[in-house]
Amino acid sequence: MSTDAVAAIPGDTLRERVVDDLRAAIGDALLDSFVRPGDDVWVRVRTDAWRSAGLALRTLGFDYFCFLSAIDWMPSPFGKGEDDPTAPAPERDDTIAQGYAGGDTRLQVLARLVHPALHVGVNVKCDVPDTDPVVESWISVFAGANWHERETHEMFGIGFAGHPDLRNMYLPSDFEGHPLRKDFPLLARIVKPWPGIVDVEPLPGGSDDEEGDAE
Amino acid sequence: MTSTESLIDRRQLSYIAAQAADARLNVELETEGMTLNIGPQHPATHGTLRIIARLDGEQVVWAEPSCGYMHRGYEKLTEVRTYPQVTALVNRIDWLGSFANEVPFILAAEKLMEIEAPPRAQWIRTILFELSRIANVSLFLGDLGVQLGAITPVFMAFRDREYVLNLIEGATGGRFHPNFDRIGGLKDDLPAGFVDETRVVMKKLRNFCDEMERLLFGNEIFQSRTRGIGVIPKDVAMQYGLSGANLRASGVDWDLRRDQTLPMAWNKVDWKVWTHPDGDSFARCWVRLQEVRESTRIVDQLLDAIPTGPVMAKVPRIIKVPEGEAWVSTENPLGEMGYYLVSKGDLGPFRTKIRSASFNNISIVPWVLKGVYVPDIITILASLYFILGDIDR
Amino acid sequence: MSASLLAADLPYWAQALLRVLGGVVAVLLPAGTIVYVFLFKMMSFMQSRLGPMEAGPYGSLQLFAEVGKWLQKEDITPERADRFIFKIAPLVVLASTFLLVAVVPFGPDAWFTDFEAGVFYMLAVSSVSVLGILIAGWASANKYSLLGGLRAAGQLIAYELPMVLAVIGVIIQAGTMNLQNIVFAQNAGSMFGWDGLGNPFILTQFVGFIIFMIAVQAELTQTPFDMPIAESELVSGYMTEYSGFRFLTFFIAEFATAGVFSLIASVLFLGGWGIPFAWFGWDTMDDVDGWMNVVGPLIMVTKMMLLSFVIMWVRFSYPRFREDQLQRFAWKVLVPVSLVNIMITAILKVAF
Repeated sequence: MSTDAVAAIPGDTLRERVVDDLRAAIGDALLDSFVRPGDDVWVRVRTDAWRSAGLALRTLGFDYFCFLSAIDWMPSPFGKGEDDPTAPAPERDDTIAQGYAGGDTRLQVLARLVHPALHVGVNVKCDVPDTDPVVESWISVFAGANWHERETHEMFGIGFAGHPDLRNMYLPSDFEGHPLRKDFPLLARIVKPWPGIVDVEPLPGGSDDEEGDAE
Repeated sequence: MTSTESLIDRRQLSYIAAQAADARLNVELETEGMTLNIGPQHPATHGTLRIIARLDGEQVVWAEPSCGYMHRGYEKLTEVRTYPQVTALVNRIDWLGSFANEVPFILAAEKLMEIEAPPRAQWIRTILFELSRIANVSLFLGDLGVQLGAITPVFMAFRDREYVLNLIEGATGGRFHPNFDRIGGLKDDLPAGFVDETRVVMKKLRNFCDEMERLLFGNEIFQSRTRGIGVIPKDVAMQYGLSGANLRASGVDWDLRRDQTLPMAWNKVDWKVWTHPDGDSFARCWVRLQEVRESTRIVDQLLDAIPTGPVMAKVPRIIKVPEGEAWVSTENPLGEMGYYLVSKGDLGPFRTKIRSASFNNISIVPWVLKGVYVPDIITILASLYFILGDIDR
Repeated sequence: MSASLLAADLPYWAQALLRVLGGVVAVLLPAGTIVYVFLFKMMSFMQSRLGPMEAGPYGSLQLFAEVGKWLQKEDITPERADRFIFKIAPLVVLASTFLLVAVVPFGPDAWFTDFEAGVFYMLAVSSVSVLGILIAGWASANKYSLLGGLRAAGQLIAYELPMVLAVIGVIIQAGTMNLQNIVFAQNAGSMFGWDGLGNPFILTQFVGFIIFMIAVQAELTQTPFDMPIAESELVSGYMTEYSGFRFLTFFIAEFATAGVFSLIASVLFLGGWGIPFAWFGWDTMDDVDGWMNVVGPLIMVTKMMLLSFVIMWVRFSYPRFREDQLQRFAWKVLVPVSLVNIMITAILKVAF
């Protein structure tokens, strides 16, 4: 969708109706929502309503299960791995700022369902408590959530209550740590700084104004 | 095409077979089953997928794929790279149709940056996208023969895929990993002679499809091996998030190329989305065969009307993507491939969720393998069509 | 090959030696020819590629390179294999091929054994290879091998029967089980009083011929009946654990048996080594000129190549059956059809 087209749409009744329908179905368990007109919908539900939100969306016709994953909103304490390992670690801003539809916790579960007839997708988020990172499993709602929850459990350490078999998918079963959490270091970058983080080399004879012209 | 009654019969048959397999496992007097370990090094897994199957005789009572032998952690790696560098990584996800992997990522970044590639770039992207689909799926058609024991089709597939790879190489410089797509457009324009050459190749590929249809799809043995095998009903396919030809073969009329408004050129040309009501292995293969044909038609029409102009929009030299979240998915050769991109206004993505088609497509395997025979494992896996890099990422 | 031709003036040991040499030639020559001409070259052309081109002119020495390669490879026996049985299994399979070639007549006097119950013997010893395959599958201590071996046993037993039944039609028509006499019956025979072509049984026993060739295809475990090997499912079936020379033995046996079965099929249905006797006015076996002992084997080789071509052609173009479909095909199609064929043949034999 081009930028002009987005600007031309004042609101998006189709997608706003999705939010309204969901609110009608699960009530105040719907904490927050965000609609980008003509593009996508984000909703955030209460943690204890995670499964019922999935069920409600399926009843609303969103019966295509696209994916389920999680986001760790903590800024990485290691930056992008461009630090000099011999120098003391630089100061970094470690405030946690959640994305669309807000949030209160560091970890958020994210899933996407699609309405096959309307071709409207909805991104469902829910907060995962920091102390006891467990949400309900979606297996009984969408059978395909099985592998996605296993992957999320492995990569983020989020438990799924009701999942029969949270084995590791990729890593050995005795692997410690959850690789996609931001505080899990990417060791290859820690032991040796990577020079390629800025891939624009200065042009011969060029000056700084080349870089700044679009900012 | 079969009537509805026979379709229901088949579904019931596979259901009954699964029930029987379940029941057999519970009867203690029965002989002890055998656990067969298919893979990770096995000719049928074309990669390193491992399937642990519990057999009673030759019947599968329980099967579970075990992946991760090729997990490369792209989602983590994207967090330490800049946006232009990520395309080099995602190229390697579905390595047979690499260019198609780059497009949704670039589109997601463009969506956040609120820029759009110029028309000519969109056109060329679509052409290259369809060429990678042809290269990918035509190899599938040949590989299908090998999995079922016919060795000749795969050589024909390799032969004709070569023409397509030459085209991709001519345009991008890379046969398998083009890394050609840029935020805001493309690296280069098409080389001279590309249009004429492509027309010739598309003709060859259509001949290849006819050849495959006669050699393989019309074969009695092939049909008896694939029809009614591995039936996936519509609702199950939706629940598991199957996509691409696997979903269309279950009778779901769903194609992201048609159903989305992406800045690509698919909606500018005339083509058809093929579906098949059966949901069995034959349907999946047949839908893919038709898709190659449609792709050649799309490419031909796009070549006719390719606009002139620049191939690169005006983008800053150092790309910083504004803060936000975006989801873009496209109809890749294997199915729906999407990127959920979270940006913090930085040089690189904050988080990239790579939704790859094969991951979902293979997650249905424990369900669909229940009660089938050992040879059908291979048929079903071949017809679901996975690429290991696409499962493990 | 013309062992018995020289029998009169040679001591027994020399005759035996000649027969052994002739047997080795009769087994290895077809195997080598089939592998080079069909497996290397014809398959490559069908698949639009060139095949081996480097070793020798047009890749003709590739066979020797292959044999050299296999001989160099390490001979691995799995740790938990039944060692003795594991080691003799390929030899059992190859032995079956040698036993088969013993009854094939190559000319009026060029035969290894002139055996009265030749057809019976041929059908019996062809099953010996099943034993070899079964014990190879069992002794390998490998699940794929076991599945392959059991599939082979089921399949070969299922296809023995149509083969036997298909040959019975020929026996009824020829009135003998001696292969030499079957050749004679075809070449000295006549069709409705016209003897310009003799009476090759492929014309009268066409159904039997088709069934026989299908059964041969299954017996040889060639595609579409190659479930015991089934690369994409069972890796290599009963051959999975074999390497080096032992694998080579299986390989030779596979193609030598293809050659020998083509020879037998040409004897049973295509008139064997003979040319229509009416052309030269021969009436009995004794009338046949001595030069047929030289021309006969050439005719046989030509017919063998023709039939092997068909076998390989099918092999390269068809996908593979599933095990249960194969059994169904054998018991529900081939056996009834061949029984009907026998009945019709018998009625016609009595009627005329």
